[in-house]
Amino acid sequence: MMLLTAHLPILQVILPLIAAPLCVLLRGPRLAWGLSVLASWGCFAIAIALLRQVLAEGSVSYALGGWAAPWGIEYRVDVVNAFVLLIVSGISSVVLSGARAGIEAEVAKDRIELLYTCWLLCLAGFLGIAVTGDTFNVFVFLEISAISSYALIALSGRRRALIASFRYLIMGTVGATFIVIGVGLLYMVTGTLNMADIGARLPAVAESRTVAAAFAFLTVGIGLKMALFPLHLWLPNAYTYAPAPVTAFFAGTATKVAVYLLLRFTFTIFGADYAFATVAMEWILLPLAVLGIFSASLVAIFQLDVKRLLAWSSIAQIGYMVLGISLVSVTGLTASTLHLFNHALIKSALFMTMACVFYRIGSTQLADFAGLGRRMPWTMAAFVVGGLSLIGIPLTVGFVSKWYLILALLERGWWPLSVFVVLSSLLAVMYVWRVVEMAYLQPATSNAKPCEAPASILIPTWALVLANLYFGIDSSLTVGIAQRAAESLLGVSS
Amino acid sequence: MQHHIVLQVVAKVLLPLILLYALYVQFHGDFGPGGGFQAGVLFAVGLILYGLIYGVDTLQRVISPDVLRTLMASGVLLYAGVGVLGIFMGGQYLDYGVLAQDPLQGQHWGIFFVELGVGITVASVMTSLFYAFAG
Amino acid sequence: MEALGLYNYWLVIALMMTGFYIVITSPNLVKKIIGLNIFQASVFILYISMGKVAGGSAPILADQVTLYSNPLPHVLILTAIVVGVATTAMGLSLVVRIYAAYGSMEEDDIEVMDRSETDG
Repeated sequence: MMLLTAHLPILQVILPLIAAPLCVLLRGPRLAWGLSVLASWGCFAIAIALLRQVLAEGSVSYALGGWAAPWGIEYRVDVVNAFVLLIVSGISSVVLSGARAGIEAEVAKDRIELLYTCWLLCLAGFLGIAVTGDTFNVFVFLEISAISSYALIALSGRRRALIASFRYLIMGTVGATFIVIGVGLLYMVTGTLNMADIGARLPAVAESRTVAAAFAFLTVGIGLKMALFPLHLWLPNAYTYAPAPVTAFFAGTATKVAVYLLLRFTFTIFGADYAFATVAMEWILLPLAVLGIFSASLVAIFQLDVKRLLAWSSIAQIGYMVLGISLVSVTGLTASTLHLFNHALIKSALFMTMACVFYRIGSTQLADFAGLGRRMPWTMAAFVVGGLSLIGIPLTVGFVSKWYLILALLERGWWPLSVFVVLSSLLAVMYVWRVVEMAYLQPATSNAKPCEAPASILIPTWALVLANLYFGIDSSLTVGIAQRAAESLLGVSS
Repeated sequence: MQHHIVLQVVAKVLLPLILLYALYVQFHGDFGPGGGFQAGVLFAVGLILYGLIYGVDTLQRVISPDVLRTLMASGVLLYAGVGVLGIFMGGQYLDYGVLAQDPLQGQHWGIFFVELGVGITVASVMTSLFYAFAG
Repeated sequence: MEALGLYNYWLVIALMMTGFYIVITSPNLVKKIIGLNIFQASVFILYISMGKVAGGSAPILADQVTLYSNPLPHVLILTAIVVGVATTAMGLSLVVRIYAAYGSMEEDDIEVMDRSETDG
């Protein structure tokens, strides 16, 4: 096995990339599902091994095709992206394990194995974005993941999904094209595509307007991809009309990878000095984050569809991550990276409960939730715990990330903002409560019978919920990794 | 399709030339401008021309959507397989130098099979795009 | 007249804005895709322009030539063109499905139909 440990960074990407065409060849929904679950868990195992390797020995570099770093494509894994790899592959594995029943109910029969192919390609794209150290490679993987996610959304069969997917395609392509323009402009002034190499050469040419233009294009492009307020309009419909397990997958991965890209481009390539001292990016990010948290939470309260409600809440949660980034301190970045992990757990768990509900009820309209607390006790209990975590009640992961965010804000002396963060949680209380009230306090329609979701969906859902509690009580592992990631981004050693 | 006798005859003459040219671009890619992507598109152009003149159904009897699906996937697998072979021969992923005793020969083989994979996938994807919009 | 000497970059900007304008304003879904293609084409020209080295020859190894143009941007943009083709195919196939489901590919009509449906 010595042979393979040196190749972990590339195996991370090619495992799903090879499994995807195999799914096409297998011609059986069950077989394809089994293969993709296997491949996804394999990725998770690789991600764990990589993270251990990185924590023990520092960053790992892999030269594709044996071409040395600044010329060839380099895969470079440090604590930050090892952590992101772990999040993406972990969420994909758990959600995919519980996806079979939901997908068979929602997707046309002859397309199911194609859905798994798209899922694996999308996973390969996300992992590739996280693992690569080459800026153009980022674009390629971005488009691999994006094009397959348009297909995943459209596969749900509802006609509104088609429109949602089309709008996402337009916005996503514009975003990705902005990123290529930014990468091209950077290549013009530095003559290299390697992230570390660009980072080393940029300070010498930082005065040029080309660099400023590149920075602007990249920030807007990545902002579109991560649904940063006010570039979020594609997200609610895409999340609402995609097949429920697919939404659970996206909610834990898609925007997280984009946030990682923002971190990588701002801190590793441009450097905190350029991004925050020369361009003063915090005065762009901070107001957008605050506005995003407030307005998206407010909109969430008035939604009639629970999936859409959670989608709007996702936009608000992106705001918390960006708020942490805009503080440019170790604590702030710790809070952001921590929230990447925690929010992935929270939202995937919540959207998995939506998959359970949709499987039984065939709808996620709030009105149809009446009396569901008695009809689907386990599902709704999972929703309640996930909701508490979303609000940020102690003993859940949501609390841990909010705690660090407030610490970081107090560190900068911005106590009004920390009050704002606490108050914004009250908005979360309101939208979670609307669902809980409907499920537990409203009477069910007369002919409603108990209809608990099958164990195949419930077990992965509860695995995510229990992870919410576990990492909320014992946060030493995640906080430790997030802190090291923050330190490596800012270039300070502990 | 009775009326287009001129088109049918011209297409019959052109078709082998187009396919042959596609193969030339594919296999001469090592020495001159060319490669799997261009060759794949050219090959698909030949098939699509046939489909346009003789009807999609006739083309589907030549090459069915199911076969295309298999070809698409196997092209990707061929590409990735060559890369993985590099790992098992003791190099990095996609390192062609280790594929043969002589690194130069290895590079030659590696790029040959990788481009073949690209060519197969591109040709079949382009043709199935034609099916998707014409069928 | 230095500003005019960079005419290919002016062309890039013109194409980029044209494409972007079509994407934003056109209510027709197919035209949106066309706009997107124009928008992407501007980026292709941007990359190809930056690969040109003044006085450089085509990057094919030859005996008498010492100065070559930079081939890397061309390779990159070949990849971007492939991605563009894939996006266009994906977009157009969505439009075909949308047309089959709604009977229209005008965004305004589709919005009216969506609103008249009751499910949220």
